[in-house]
Amino acid sequence: MSEPIISVRNLVVEFPLRRGLFTAVDDVSFDIMPGEILGVVGESGAGKSMTGAAIIGLIEPPGHIASGEIYLKGKRIDNLPPEEMSRLRGKWIGMVFQDPLTSLNPLYTVGQQLIETIRRHLPMNEAQARQRAIDLLDEAGIPTPESRIDSYPHQFSGGMRQRVVIALALAAEPELIIADEPTSALDVSVQAQIIKVLKKLCESRGAAVMLVTHDMGVIAETATRMIVMNKGKIVETGSVGDIIKRPKEDYTIKLIEAIPSIKDETRRHEAPPTSTLLVEVKNLTRDFDLSPGFFDRLLKGAKRNVVKAVQNVSFDIRKGSTFGLVGESGSGKSTCARMLVGLIKPTSGQVLLEGQDIAAGLTQERRQKVQMIFQDPYASLNPRWRVADIIAEPMHALKLVSNRREAEDRVADLLRRVRLDPVSMRKYPHEFSGGQRQRIAIARALSSQPEFIVCDEPTSALDVSVQAQVLDLMRDLQDEFGLTYLLISHNLAVVRQMADDVGVMHSGVLVERGPVDAIFDDPQAEYTRMLLNAVPDISKVE
Amino acid sequence: MLAFILRRLAQSIIVMAVVALIAFMLFRYVGDPVASLLGQDSRLEDFEELRERLGLNDPFYVQFGRFIGNALQGEFGISYRLQQPVSELIISRLPATIELAFASATIALVFGLTLGVFTALKPRSFASGVIMTLSLVGVSLPTFLIGIGLIYVFAVELQWLPSFGRGEVVDIGGWRTGLLTETGLRSLILPAITLSLFQLTLIMRLVRAEMLEVLRQDYIRFARARGLSKRAINFGHALKNTMVPVITITGLQLGSVIAFSIVTETVFQWPGVGSLFINSVQVVDVPVMAAYLMFIAFVFVVINLIVDILYFAVDPRLRVGAGRR
Amino acid sequence: MSSTNNPAVTEQPRSRFQRIWDSDIFFSFRRSPITIVAALVTLVLILSALFAPWIAPYDPFNPASLNLMDGFTPPNSESMMGNYFLLGSDHQGRDVLSTILYGSRISLFVGISATLFAMAMGISLGLLAGYRGGTIDAVIMRVADIQLSFPAILIALLIFGIARGIIPPSQQENMAVWVLIIAIGLSNWAQFARTVRGATMVERQKDYVSAAKLIGVHPLRILIRHVLPNVLAPVLVIGTIGLALAIIEEATLSFLGVGVPPTQPSLGTLIRIGQQFLFSGEWWILFFPAMTLILLALAVNLLGDWLRDALNPRLR
Repeated sequence: MSEPIISVRNLVVEFPLRRGLFTAVDDVSFDIMPGEILGVVGESGAGKSMTGAAIIGLIEPPGHIASGEIYLKGKRIDNLPPEEMSRLRGKWIGMVFQDPLTSLNPLYTVGQQLIETIRRHLPMNEAQARQRAIDLLDEAGIPTPESRIDSYPHQFSGGMRQRVVIALALAAEPELIIADEPTSALDVSVQAQIIKVLKKLCESRGAAVMLVTHDMGVIAETATRMIVMNKGKIVETGSVGDIIKRPKEDYTIKLIEAIPSIKDETRRHEAPPTSTLLVEVKNLTRDFDLSPGFFDRLLKGAKRNVVKAVQNVSFDIRKGSTFGLVGESGSGKSTCARMLVGLIKPTSGQVLLEGQDIAAGLTQERRQKVQMIFQDPYASLNPRWRVADIIAEPMHALKLVSNRREAEDRVADLLRRVRLDPVSMRKYPHEFSGGQRQRIAIARALSSQPEFIVCDEPTSALDVSVQAQVLDLMRDLQDEFGLTYLLISHNLAVVRQMADDVGVMHSGVLVERGPVDAIFDDPQAEYTRMLLNAVPDISKVE
Repeated sequence: MLAFILRRLAQSIIVMAVVALIAFMLFRYVGDPVASLLGQDSRLEDFEELRERLGLNDPFYVQFGRFIGNALQGEFGISYRLQQPVSELIISRLPATIELAFASATIALVFGLTLGVFTALKPRSFASGVIMTLSLVGVSLPTFLIGIGLIYVFAVELQWLPSFGRGEVVDIGGWRTGLLTETGLRSLILPAITLSLFQLTLIMRLVRAEMLEVLRQDYIRFARARGLSKRAINFGHALKNTMVPVITITGLQLGSVIAFSIVTETVFQWPGVGSLFINSVQVVDVPVMAAYLMFIAFVFVVINLIVDILYFAVDPRLRVGAGRR
Repeated sequence: MSSTNNPAVTEQPRSRFQRIWDSDIFFSFRRSPITIVAALVTLVLILSALFAPWIAPYDPFNPASLNLMDGFTPPNSESMMGNYFLLGSDHQGRDVLSTILYGSRISLFVGISATLFAMAMGISLGLLAGYRGGTIDAVIMRVADIQLSFPAILIALLIFGIARGIIPPSQQENMAVWVLIIAIGLSNWAQFARTVRGATMVERQKDYVSAAKLIGVHPLRILIRHVLPNVLAPVLVIGTIGLALAIIEEATLSFLGVGVPPTQPSLGTLIRIGQQFLFSGEWWILFFPAMTLILLALAVNLLGDWLRDALNPRLR
């Protein structure tokens, strides 16, 4: 058996905080073998990123390694002086960060950044380093690298930038790459390509990878061995197949159960949808005028630039059903949602609620019957308001209650229905966790007794286990109140679990729609097929 | 590039036009120019005749047009107080102000940048703490008190440096400079330090804040993760990115040194345009006030233009369009 | 499917006092001795200015009680007339301590009023610009940009000069304080407007505003009840630092002789008077007013600096 690249022994990372010491990483030990891809998975706050940062010696102060050892090929590195450690970075251990848009210095060309890194670690002159930089970009899948090497980061798309970041991390042939959520900021289709590039480049060089992610699907498709972390501790270690198919620990079992899969439909509501149509969307179109100012058009000859965010979209939603609208970023699905609730005026087209056009008039009725749940529960609740006031606002605004007493009783009832203690109505939003805030947002949406709720990515800011709880709550409430949902999501698995019917959007156009099982099992549109193939999913593990 | 500069130029012209309008309104409607010129005991006919001669009975836009036309030729009328052409007054006092402003801008820039970078790179060191505390004292000290304090220590008690005036000046082609004589240089020291201190602390605090912000960015972490040297990260990557926002604000700060010199010139009896202005405000000498306003606006517009061009040179995001592919 | 495992749900809501005492802001206050000292100094200076007529040993503006024979008495000694002066007396025989107490009254009144004026104007225009956007925003911000590039002191001087030309000479003395407040206020509104506008543009994108729009809450109500409370934190910081600047600005204008009339001297006027006696050795006439001004400005600045760090933990 060969020697491990990295050995972590009893690592403890601590953060002295105002209210005491926070142990981010607690007694963690593991090895990474040469050429191996080790997945590290966990929910937010599990300490997985901090473990990676500890290995490469980049923990932000006041955090620090309190005890334990880290060995690189048998040599202890956690106690090296800063200058020596900095020479190890890039040369022996490379790192890839989450957000490609902020990982590159905007003021230097990608070539300058590559050459600088290469020459820091390898004995090369400018010309040799430049040639090597071009080769690296080529390997990372950047077309015509000879001309692109002198471009600035802002001239690349997000996916292309992440390829540059990977090329940079590999510039001096490190033996280990720590990839911290390398694809979480990217769209599904780009994500698949980036995983492929990362895997190919590391394989061809025999570099090991420590893949840190919250997405079990990515690990299932990429890694061979994995570690499950929770609250700073390692819960379970084993082969990817074993852990996903046969988890041993309670925490892992619950985690795997909570992860939605595009093959699974467990969270669909029980009450069968009726056949009456509640919402009809007809030829909905929205243009955004992004033309440069008059002066630029005059001087630079810049053209008028009208973006068709949503083009001619039509679909129906049956009363009591859930309609899932999926698509990648920029597909126009959120614009659609905002037009349905009246936050954006459509350029043309109609939205009918029970046969009456709500895009044009009927505002009072729309306001009462149509509600919305937003993506970010941290931004959708006013931080300066008490929970009681937040939930009661629709009742007061729409004059559904006559006095404060009545409003308070209704708020208490709503809090119970979303499984929160009525006492919490006196508190402020910052005293709650993300999942609890989303429950408060749901209670606010319910407070006007709506029939139709538009849910715009309601769980994408949440951890998987919390996501499962919120989705279950949404399903229960649907059965209880006979609600109709429009569920907007980039997460295909969530839509498969929740929706009766589904529509797929791409560049502002609805490319396909139909019953959810038909679309997922037998997609007709080319784009839908590509999307379904690209999704990293735990069902794909052997 | 051309379109960019042209747009900025157009904006500058609008700014100048607005300031000219304010200056004109000041000139025309604050106080009575005729009364100011003629004095108390003139006859009514003289008033009317002078009004007609000065064109004060013409419609508003004709008068404004004439004001602009004159302003473009550097013609701002005659000072009520000194009975001399305003343009001559300003030109004769300009070298004193420009030399003072230039000297203090240099001090503010050099020390502000260095100290700002130092305190950002070593935020937890003792020296940084001292510098930051001192800078807070610096912004709390009114400029005129700094001047008085320096005069008291270096002119009254120690008697090292003169407390007022410019010393001897040498006339070079109409430009009376104090930079070539010993007394001139010695006289410059105290006012230059006084005027620079406020800008110095502002620039320092700004550089520090921006640099700390940049050092937190992902691309700096990524540069560290690639094992680049501390020098390359701090001075290659971080400093250059700090400069992008700093250039704008620093440029404008330096521009305002000229206007700020009003106070310093008063304390040190420095014969520049600032003390000319303050004396004019006290007796409502409107032509001088209007001309000074236009002059400051012009300085501001020129500096703005230079700042924009520098900005353009530093930031490729402005220079090269995105998404060629 | 219950989430009672989280302590936030079972924990009882805390009282308002506990909430404030335990908040991060108050915590950082308790931990910073220099801030506590600054707060105390500010408080003492404000209180003594407020109660000057009751605390001051002499009434320095009552000509009847002045005696030129009391003039130029050094600190902590008695004049030829047998009057005791803790901080000495000036050339007219006025007690320096009393003039300082009355002077800081004027300085603080002008500073606070001007800052409140600038704040009110800046917040309203900033909210309007940030929420409506478009042409209104462009016009307001252009004006603010232009104004910000001129030093406040120059703007104040101009406004002062204009007022002098418009107001009849007989009224000028009475109006001087108000002219000063408007001049300083108008020269400082742009900073508030710019900050509020920036924060408003961030807040109006947030979904709690969308949620309110959705149910038809009136835009003005959204602005005042939802957006305003969320943009106040930076306003508080600028307001504190702005107060220090306004006090300095008033002192500078008065020092230049274009501020308050000599009959109601502020700290700046006292320094202007004291400067004449610097060369002849009567240092106390200048020194004590100058120290009071510096102490006041420094204490307020320290409070502002602390507030900025406490409200914006990222900058620590």
